[in-house]
Amino acid sequence: MKKNLVALLSFLLVFSLVLAGCSEEKAEETKSQLDVIMKRGKLIGGVNADIPGFGYLDSDGSYKGMDIDITKAIAAAVFGDANAVEYRPLSSEERFVAVQTGEVDVLARNTTYTTSRDASVGLAFAPVTFYDGQGMMVHKDSGIKSLKDLEGARISVESGTTTELNLADQMRKLGVSYEPVVFDSQDAAVAAYEEGSVDAYTTDRSGLVSRRSTLSNPDDHIILNDVLSKEPLAPSVKDGDTKWADIVTWTVYALIQAEEYGITQGNVDTFMDSDVPEIRRFLGVEGDLGEQLGLKNDFVVQIIKAVGNYGEVYDRHLGPDTVFDLDRGPNNLWTDGGLMYSPPFR
Amino acid sequence: MEHNVLNSNKHEPTKVAPPRPTTSVLGWLKANLFSSWMNTILTIVFGTIVFVLVKNSIDWIFFKSDWYVIVANFKLLIVGQYPNEELWRVWICLILISVLMGLSSGIWKGTMGHLTSFMMGIYIIIICLPFIIFETRVWLLINIAVIVAAFLIGTKQSKFKIATLIGWGLMLPIVIVLLSGFGVFNHVGTNLWGGFLLTLLIAVVAIIFSFPLGVLLAIGRRSKLPIIRYISIGYIELIRGVPLITILFVAQLMLPLFLGDSIEIDNVVRAMVGFTLFTAAYLAENIRGGLQSIPRGQFEAAEALGLNATFKMTFIILPQALRAVIPAMVGLFIGIFKDTSLVAIVGLTDLLGIGKNIISNPAFLGTQMEVFLFVALVFLIFCNMMSYASRRLENSLGVGKR
Repeated sequence: MKKNLVALLSFLLVFSLVLAGCSEEKAEETKSQLDVIMKRGKLIGGVNADIPGFGYLDSDGSYKGMDIDITKAIAAAVFGDANAVEYRPLSSEERFVAVQTGEVDVLARNTTYTTSRDASVGLAFAPVTFYDGQGMMVHKDSGIKSLKDLEGARISVESGTTTELNLADQMRKLGVSYEPVVFDSQDAAVAAYEEGSVDAYTTDRSGLVSRRSTLSNPDDHIILNDVLSKEPLAPSVKDGDTKWADIVTWTVYALIQAEEYGITQGNVDTFMDSDVPEIRRFLGVEGDLGEQLGLKNDFVVQIIKAVGNYGEVYDRHLGPDTVFDLDRGPNNLWTDGGLMYSPPFR
Repeated sequence: MEHNVLNSNKHEPTKVAPPRPTTSVLGWLKANLFSSWMNTILTIVFGTIVFVLVKNSIDWIFFKSDWYVIVANFKLLIVGQYPNEELWRVWICLILISVLMGLSSGIWKGTMGHLTSFMMGIYIIIICLPFIIFETRVWLLINIAVIVAAFLIGTKQSKFKIATLIGWGLMLPIVIVLLSGFGVFNHVGTNLWGGFLLTLLIAVVAIIFSFPLGVLLAIGRRSKLPIIRYISIGYIELIRGVPLITILFVAQLMLPLFLGDSIEIDNVVRAMVGFTLFTAAYLAENIRGGLQSIPRGQFEAAEALGLNATFKMTFIILPQALRAVIPAMVGLFIGIFKDTSLVAIVGLTDLLGIGKNIISNPAFLGTQMEVFLFVALVFLIFCNMMSYASRRLENSLGVGKR
């Protein structure tokens, strides 16, 4: 018995020594992630690989989608090479830890920009790249025109998402009673809706549009005009590294500003000898905006050459030529009545 | 009929036809399906259900479904994003395995022979699939030729026995070096390994490395030395008390947090380590069961022969103990093979993960049924191969008969 006790104590001693050894380091951590990325020679982008339109794996084995293009733009800004990216597909559970631990340099994975994520999760958000909102899809012949008509309806929703909570909030506000039918996966929720065992299906509007295109008769379904919640999706980086956060932020702004100036992937070279001072500064022909950010002065040119401007990115993945044909709505430029607005480059 | 027999009896009483078996189709139906009114009702009800299920399945599989998604993404599903220009390295790995399989089936026949012919069957089916590109067909034909050649060599020359065993032992390191490059070839990062290749690699690594660890833990748990015993018990109970997915999350998320920025471990390696540690704990308990089934007399006999503890274990106890728990171990390994699909949750692109990514391609929206069925089929084939091999192994070792 005594022997056992001695053994146990010595084991604990060794174990605590090991633990003590672990806690010693962590002395200086003032290095910006930018230096790490430069040294590594490539960007590690945390992405989602299973959201239609935003991130998916193409048959040729490359990742494609709107969030992927944002990541490519950042790589182009840093290295002048849009392919200097290693993609890390992340699940919604692990995405935040992956940013905190530096597993990924940037998270471009349709993440909703919220207070708590900004404040307590330890993320720093770049500008919004896509304004989404929760919507509701119903069968056309049901005669439902707005949320108020859903009195007593069965609504299918994915479990454990903000979608479920938003639905409850909105319906309580409107005083409409309904029966939520909760599913584990989107596929199951949509299947139940399609076969008519529920009256409506709710998720983000971009998701609704992509799902509707897969139904056997897309025209038999309508998406209500009501928006249940705001879902601004934005890329994010680790909190407390303003130098790196600035680069991501101004990369997104560069995409938006380029569209405002009408600079596209195809015509960017013709703008190089433009006389307009703002455009000359924007493209790095004069001034040192890029150097101020810690990049090369022509970083905007590299971004546009790699992925085009914001409108081109949007159209490539969600626009009229895709199966989604998603109306730009709030994602229009501010000059066209949307919310996309870039502060001046000067 | 009977009338005929009687007639022939009258005229020519030479040959009498043997009595017809009473189990004609109708007779069998009557005896087994419609013997009472209860059985009749059951037969009709379940017959209808089976009919509807089968009809709808066939209807869906052959007419409604769109299998183009598998055709277009076949390469992705099998080897993931592994670069096309480096694919020859995967083929070389397969050819090396084919050589060993051919040799083994030539030397040992039996189970190996069956498995090898089964693999050849799969190759031939893939060759015959209409959408397979020419290059793949050539590689597969080379593989089949290699298997046959090695088989012939193996049957004639049994002196390759040791070489073959050493070959199997070196296979995993060779495959890893070939796949990743390691300075010899262009480096292919593990983030590009995917599909069935990754599933298989994680499972094989977990099974191979967990085995020695499991044996040590099992022996450690029965050790008389308290520190070793408590560490073994603590480890086994800790791992067995935690779900596998938690271990994967810890490996993927907590480990980088503990290790800090200085050490970066590849995330595929992390998943492999997680699986190995998990499998080892369960394996240890299986093996401990085997150890406990060995009668005391065996230990005493070994000691009476003057064997020390190491020899006693390696030559007397373990061979008997391991033989007794083969079914349990194979069951565990099949479980681990299927559990590898959990890495899809932590963002690795194994067979299931890559399937999830493919169905998000706008070109293939709404094809999740086809993709998941394909994934299920691949798992079904390989799990059945494993359990078949284990049944044969049990028979040849006479487990449960002695």
